[in-house]
Amino acid sequence: MSVLVDEDTRVVVQGITGGEGKFHAGQMIEYGTNVVAGAVPGRGGQEVHGVPVYDTVEAAAREEDADASVIFVPPAFAGDAIFEALDSPLDLAVAITEGVPTQDMAKVNKRLTETDTRLIGPNCPGIITPGESKLGILPGNIFSPGNVGLVSRSGTLTYQVVDNLTDRGLGQSTAIGIGGDPIIGTTFIDALEAFESDPDTDVVVMCGEIGGEDEEQAAKYIAENMDTPVTGFIAGRTAPPGKRMGHAGAIVSGSGTGTAESKINALNDAGVPVGDTPEEVADAVEDLL
Amino acid sequence: MKLHEYQAKQVFADAGIPTPPSTLAKTADGVVEAADEIGYPVAIKAQVQVGGRGKAGGIELVDDAEEAREAAESILGMDLKGLHVDSVLVEGAVDFVNELYLGITMDRGEGKPVAMVSTKGGVDIEQVAEEDPDAIVREHVDPAFGMFPYQARRAVFEAGVDREVATDVASVLRTLYQLWADNDATEAEINPLMVTADDEVIAADAVMNIDEDALFRQPDLVEMEDTSAGGDELEAKADEYGFDYVRLSGNVGIIGNGAGLVMTTLDLVDHYGGEPANFLDVGGGAKAERIANALDMVFSDENVDSVVFNIFGGITRGDEVAKGINSALEQFDEIPKPVVVRLAGTNWEEGMEILNEDLVTIEKTLEDAVQRSVEYAQEVDA
Repeated sequence: MSVLVDEDTRVVVQGITGGEGKFHAGQMIEYGTNVVAGAVPGRGGQEVHGVPVYDTVEAAAREEDADASVIFVPPAFAGDAIFEALDSPLDLAVAITEGVPTQDMAKVNKRLTETDTRLIGPNCPGIITPGESKLGILPGNIFSPGNVGLVSRSGTLTYQVVDNLTDRGLGQSTAIGIGGDPIIGTTFIDALEAFESDPDTDVVVMCGEIGGEDEEQAAKYIAENMDTPVTGFIAGRTAPPGKRMGHAGAIVSGSGTGTAESKINALNDAGVPVGDTPEEVADAVEDLL
Repeated sequence: MKLHEYQAKQVFADAGIPTPPSTLAKTADGVVEAADEIGYPVAIKAQVQVGGRGKAGGIELVDDAEEAREAAESILGMDLKGLHVDSVLVEGAVDFVNELYLGITMDRGEGKPVAMVSTKGGVDIEQVAEEDPDAIVREHVDPAFGMFPYQARRAVFEAGVDREVATDVASVLRTLYQLWADNDATEAEINPLMVTADDEVIAADAVMNIDEDALFRQPDLVEMEDTSAGGDELEAKADEYGFDYVRLSGNVGIIGNGAGLVMTTLDLVDHYGGEPANFLDVGGGAKAERIANALDMVFSDENVDSVVFNIFGGITRGDEVAKGINSALEQFDEIPKPVVVRLAGTNWEEGMEILNEDLVTIEKTLEDAVQRSVEYAQEVDA
């Protein structure tokens, strides 16, 4: 079992004729993802990896009965590509693109409240249900099917933790990289909610990092709403604030949140053990199962 | 990207926000000349991109030419919080009765822009936010519509701004929001917005920071970028290469892909008893040349005694990483510092085949790689 995607998910790849789009569409197909179409304006009628390309996402969705898209579109056009996916409409859009302007995402965020489409990302590695389907750039070979749900703000940290899990035989139900940008579609809480209602996810790993207060809010959600046990990891205990937030940015949320310490304390208070290393996270998962 | 005060003020003035008369000067003679022309008293303000310039001695109010020269000589060339002052803004002083705060930023928790107004301007607004959060009125804005006039008025009246100037302040707030939106700013701030005895409002300071990801559509702002800013040579070099880089005080150099994984590597170096020398994220999809540049960066730091390379490929490919490491190291007759490499993820096997084992130490797991790099650094230390 899984959340959000499975072997039946029919995927459009937006930007399939670009370098990354083409490479990773190939990787997804090789993994077994049901890639049914590509969408690139002006490239309708072509084929990539044997998959038909359409000029619009709407046409791709209609002709190939697609229900999800993965977006490999350069940052300048990514906001528009996400709007197109939301308007097509699809059940799920996964935006891999890094460097989407924050103001574009604020507009996307507004539109998300008006549609039933779920967005994952941007600036994320995507989502994978091991053995069934992957939408994004996650290296498929490190995952294995199982009962651990995983949600992470950081792509490469996701891979690291999965590697530690798989290494000792702890397979994953679904892993979701939500991305670390200031404004994202699916949040920790959305993902935790999905795992909580999935009968085949027996424990959840949540990987966060310094900055923002999403982890603190997630901790509150876990304490109040979750029966499925959760364990966590927070990156950045030793990192100094690299790029200082501007004045106005810092005063919105006040002080006392956003640090590794604040996040770890919030999670511990919610009964969530937080590992010092990815190895310790895997230890905690074994304890909780 | 941060604009200097004089640049932000120009942007504000062009949009119709009242600002005091001012001139940028780089010499003491230039300061006196500008001050004479504007008329005393004038404020002389260091143009460096740090907060708290006044407290650090970077802003002086002067009453005549002699004082102007003295202030210019003390501020020009000074080291202000690590930054060299090479220009000052000479600005007509404003005789004010009240100081307000206006700011626009993105509220990431809400995913919406937020406008903020306070009658407690002219001071450290972060401190106000902490000690008296109710003194700052917040008004969220729908980015699709922009700020409606009524929203600006509501914020200003709720903040308790005097009604004689409230309409003018609301108008400035709306203009500030529009500037924030049009310029892809992350922050736009006026602190203080001064209110005079004649009920005029004047922006006595100006802050504008721009979203780096949106610079592609802001060519005019790109031209304003001050590449000389920043006191650290290595950090300037990192800017040139386009790396996210932070210099730290330890001796284990750290290179990785993805902020979360690099931070985790730092945390593990600390966990195993070492001290990180830097944070260096090569970003996603790095090609061989970029990897070689990253090694060059870390070798340039004389505090570094060992280097750990932690790459977990998703969009980044192990073979490209390996090529970059080889090409960077093959230039040396003798490798300057021991390099430990851990490659995983996309194309890691191809990478392992390419990596020249005579030049680097290969470890299979993150934990082993970090421990080995810490050991190497400690051997140098001993």
